[in-house]
Amino acid sequence: MTAALELVDVRKTYPGSPPVESVRGVDLAVHSGEMVAVVGPSGSGKSTLLNLAAGLDRPTSGSVRIAGEPLEKLSERRLAGLRAHRLGVVFQQFFLLDHADARDNVAAGLLYRGIPARQRRAAAEHALEQVGLGHRMRHRARLLSGGERQRVAIARALIGRPAVLFADEPTGNLDSATGDAILELLCELNRGGATIVVITHDTHVASAARRRVTLRDGRVAP
Amino acid sequence: MRRPPAGPLSRLRLADLLPVATIGLRTRPGRAALSVLGVAIGIAAMVAVLGVTRSSQAEVLAQLDRLGTNLLTVASSDPRGGQETQLPDGAASSVRRTEGVLAASATAQLDDLAVYRSDLIPDAHGGGLDVRATDTALLSTLDASLLNGVFLDEATANYPVVVLGFKAATVLGVADLTGDDRIWLGDRWFVVVGILQPVELAPEIDRAALIGFGAAASGLGWDGHPTRVYVRTDTTRTEEVASMLPRAANPQAASRVAVSRPSDVLSARLTVADATTSLFLGLGAVALLVGGIGIANVMVISVLERRGEVGLRRALGAARRHVAVQFVVESVLLGAVGGGVGVLLGAAVTVVLAQNRGWQPIIPPAAAGLGLAAAVVVGTVAGLYPALRAARMPPTEALRTA
Repeated sequence: MTAALELVDVRKTYPGSPPVESVRGVDLAVHSGEMVAVVGPSGSGKSTLLNLAAGLDRPTSGSVRIAGEPLEKLSERRLAGLRAHRLGVVFQQFFLLDHADARDNVAAGLLYRGIPARQRRAAAEHALEQVGLGHRMRHRARLLSGGERQRVAIARALIGRPAVLFADEPTGNLDSATGDAILELLCELNRGGATIVVITHDTHVASAARRRVTLRDGRVAP
Repeated sequence: MRRPPAGPLSRLRLADLLPVATIGLRTRPGRAALSVLGVAIGIAAMVAVLGVTRSSQAEVLAQLDRLGTNLLTVASSDPRGGQETQLPDGAASSVRRTEGVLAASATAQLDDLAVYRSDLIPDAHGGGLDVRATDTALLSTLDASLLNGVFLDEATANYPVVVLGFKAATVLGVADLTGDDRIWLGDRWFVVVGILQPVELAPEIDRAALIGFGAAASGLGWDGHPTRVYVRTDTTRTEEVASMLPRAANPQAASRVAVSRPSDVLSARLTVADATTSLFLGLGAVALLVGGIGIANVMVISVLERRGEVGLRRALGAARRHVAVQFVVESVLLGAVGGGVGVLLGAAVTVVLAQNRGWQPIIPPAAAGLGLAAAVVVGTVAGLYPALRAARMPPTEALRTA
């Protein structure tokens, strides 16, 4: 069976003097339906790894495959297409469109698939129900609480049923109670079949995942 | 194992482009309005200049059309102290015989004669009015018309009867001819029998009290020499006739005869208007350029402020082109709105100015169309650099620095 996400000897070096080797040969396979926590201290290369895995950046060498598709073979346009159709990302800073309501923010997750607005909104309503925000559909994003904003962001990443959902420090900007609720939501979504990769330095978050990968100095620690 | 087929491309529907491209405008309407203002001012200036010029030119052309360009005046080329000097005795009749002349009327300015409302006013207070002897055909030669009363005819030309030019009547206070209207002319009373409408091509007639040749010769000592001859020509041969008239009027000294075409003064206004139009169009273009730079500035700032949004869109699957198009369309919209506002503003200025001057306001459709097009072009050009900058931003960098 093909892994949902597969990294083969992935390296990322940033030019400079001396060059900075942020990721130094990571091998990782995440299977469909898994929930994996990538943990490690700050500076261990977690965020770089997420950017590479989520197709936001290209590795210096090695291969990243999403559902068997090697990203290094894709043109910029194809890579953008892959992000639109196969990947979902949740950020620590949420990145919501403040002037738009929750439903339109979530619907933006399908914007670049060329799906008509009416269908996007219908799907967004469903996704908001899934993250427990059915009562906040038409609230402007800037009027929502931090936890609600992150739920909107998760619904936006989830709406397109991505092969892998990446979450970069999803609880980093939230108080612990709200963070726990978000964590519980991610676990629940995973139980519902979503493949999730969480990047975190929070061991509490990491312990929620069944599988844990520790990163140290750009390598997977044994 | 076969390689899986390349996945689908990302795609932004046309119907979604407009809402996406107006996010910046909707979230910061004040800034959008200010950046639109520069372009609006430039376009308004250009449209107003073209509109006002066209309106005034149309007015002049209508005037020329109404008055005709085939009126010539023949006078001596060396007037003394504002007084016309004499032409030879037979000037009028030989002018009349010239080929291409349809009609000619002789007039003679009578020196040192003043006109008064009554005989009690001292001589020094002349009021700047002239006494002019004329033949009875003057009215038709000038294509002038009467405000009141009748013109001189064969019968009245020999008697102390006067027709007043429009301005002369105003100065003398002769408003209508209901009562006993007499004026003191030279050393006797003249009866006012008519008042002329203003004669636009011969303002000297407006200031004159017109009397017949007979009355001038018998009572006021006129020696029969005309000083100014009005000539109506065949329209197609006006210039040719004008070149022949000096010799006809004074065969002995053609160089001492000046032929002028009063409508040239009007035509000259068209040329002058053209020159000032280019100047003001240039100023409008500069304003437009500055407006465009303003839009470019605002767009650059906007792109920097919205790095997070750019990064998010890339993460959601936007290709570079989608980001570029979003910002270019936003900039084009700013330009187009500026153009629209500018055209309306320019049209309003034209209407107000034209009505103020009593012209028919004309807003050339080409000016409005070109103004709008220029604004769109300015918006496009202004948006290209910021849009490319946004598109080239690597998503990770955009997300990290947001």
